[in-house]
Amino acid sequence: MHPILASIAIAGPETILTLGSLAALMLGSFTPQHRALTVTSLFAVAILAVAGFSLLDAPAGRSIAFDGLYVADDFSAFLKVIILAAAAASVLLALPWLGERGPDGISFGRFEYPVLLLLAALGMAMMVSANDLLSLYVGLELAALPSYVLAAFARNDARSSEAGLKYFVLGALASGMLLYGVTLVYGFAGSTQLDVIAGLVQGQAERSIGLLFGIVFLLAGLAFKVSAVPFHMWTPDVYEGAPTPVAAFFSAAPKAAALGLMARVLVVAFPGAVAADWQQIIMVIAIASMVLGAVAAVAQTNVKRLLAYSSIANIGFALVGLAPASPAGISALLFYISVYVAMTLGSFLVVLQLRRPDGSPVEAMADLAGLSKSQPRLALALAIFMFSLAGIPPLLGFWPKFAVFQAAIASGLLGLAIIGFVASVIAAFYYLRLIKIMYFDEPALALASSGSPVNGAMIAACAIFCSPIGMLAMSPLAVATARAAAALFPA
Amino acid sequence: MIGLSHYLAVSAALFVLGVFGIFLNRRNIIIMLMALELILLSVNINLVAFSAFLHQVHGQIFAMFVLTVAAGEAAIGLAILVIHFRNRGTVAVDQADLMKG
Repeated sequence: MHPILASIAIAGPETILTLGSLAALMLGSFTPQHRALTVTSLFAVAILAVAGFSLLDAPAGRSIAFDGLYVADDFSAFLKVIILAAAAASVLLALPWLGERGPDGISFGRFEYPVLLLLAALGMAMMVSANDLLSLYVGLELAALPSYVLAAFARNDARSSEAGLKYFVLGALASGMLLYGVTLVYGFAGSTQLDVIAGLVQGQAERSIGLLFGIVFLLAGLAFKVSAVPFHMWTPDVYEGAPTPVAAFFSAAPKAAALGLMARVLVVAFPGAVAADWQQIIMVIAIASMVLGAVAAVAQTNVKRLLAYSSIANIGFALVGLAPASPAGISALLFYISVYVAMTLGSFLVVLQLRRPDGSPVEAMADLAGLSKSQPRLALALAIFMFSLAGIPPLLGFWPKFAVFQAAIASGLLGLAIIGFVASVIAAFYYLRLIKIMYFDEPALALASSGSPVNGAMIAACAIFCSPIGMLAMSPLAVATARAAAALFPA
Repeated sequence: MIGLSHYLAVSAALFVLGVFGIFLNRRNIIIMLMALELILLSVNINLVAFSAFLHQVHGQIFAMFVLTVAAGEAAIGLAILVIHFRNRGTVAVDQADLMKG
């Protein structure tokens, strides 16, 4: 087979997503307008499912494509399953919102929404399969550019366009910093390919200060993408301003992709002596994210801002798994990502499902008062997600926290684990406060449910996964994460 | 003789100018977009200089990709800026404050 055809075959999911997104754009353009959105959305979900099933067909082990630009291994396959599932859920959960009319009577329902999500999913799949600084950058931008548009998708809403603008300016600045770091790494190591960089760096007689600068800039750009402190300031504003389905998407799939990318770049390209340098940076970022995410969320009154700070804190906990740079740590990080995606998607789905009596969406935390009386089932689901995010033991959310702390302690990072434990106790305060508002406060409004059966089913699925029943999934997940993590460490 | 360090110094100066252009500019979002372009161009100088210094072609190919992505980024940035202007009637930086972070 011609080498290009062989490469395309290895990059199967990306090929399917590329052709599928182009086909979805044509399908949306040539379908009558009133049906275009539904048809395109279902088509997009089908494409994501086909791309997911094509992963089953992939050869075992590690395959390199496009002259080393692209790698398909267990690590990328594991993250792609999460990314594709989260993207498909984001397409489906937006359908009721896209069908509604805004306050000015203009519907948001345009078929470009699922097409943009498909393109973003393609970029994220490229990110976790990037084996070269070039494919890393192009994948990152392919994921970021549709995200800017999605943040500004409610284009008649001033808050949405402002969120899009802020996200764009800060996101482009972060890509610029990342790119500056990439050039320094390229110049001072001598290659753009991750595994070649590893060899060149370890062969250097003394540690190069230029390379260290490069790693710092690279990490600054990546920290922005995962919204880790000190590059988190866009997160609350964008989550609050962007339409709720878009915020749900931002909190799930891009975080998984960017954390995966971060793990691959750091572990594959900078092992050995250089690892000590970036491990310190990751530890500082992790501690700052956990503490700031926990403390700043206490003062929030908007549910979406609260969830934004919660995602900052959770990224901090996930980075605790990256700090040891050990197979056990990466495995815990992947476990954390898979549970976190279900918890955050579930929380946003509940917020999206709730309606005030006049039909407007719920955003203020005070609106949730007495939710257990008006919507007992949604209140129960949200309580499960909050207890799970807080890491209260019988729920599934406890176990990934336990795994990352265990991995940190096993590598001698006892201080990091202790600070993480304290931060999770502080964070439990605001999760429990939300539960107190729902269950013990006097009802303020008789909240309604938007009654979408698909979203209701997704809430139920996430709630069951996060409840103690989800512990049944733990042993297969442990096997899968261990295999995926082992793919990053050469035997 | 102009060596690698001269190119790196120019590129670092442009990069810093770009970053300051974003953080110190309180007037106009269009100036921010120009500062972003400045950052990407400083990166390109770095890439081409390293590429020539290392006798590799990778850096120059990378610079081509950066140029292409920068064009797409500018298009999307201006499009978002246009809808922001339609909603708010201004492109001043300190007027973009509906959400306080």
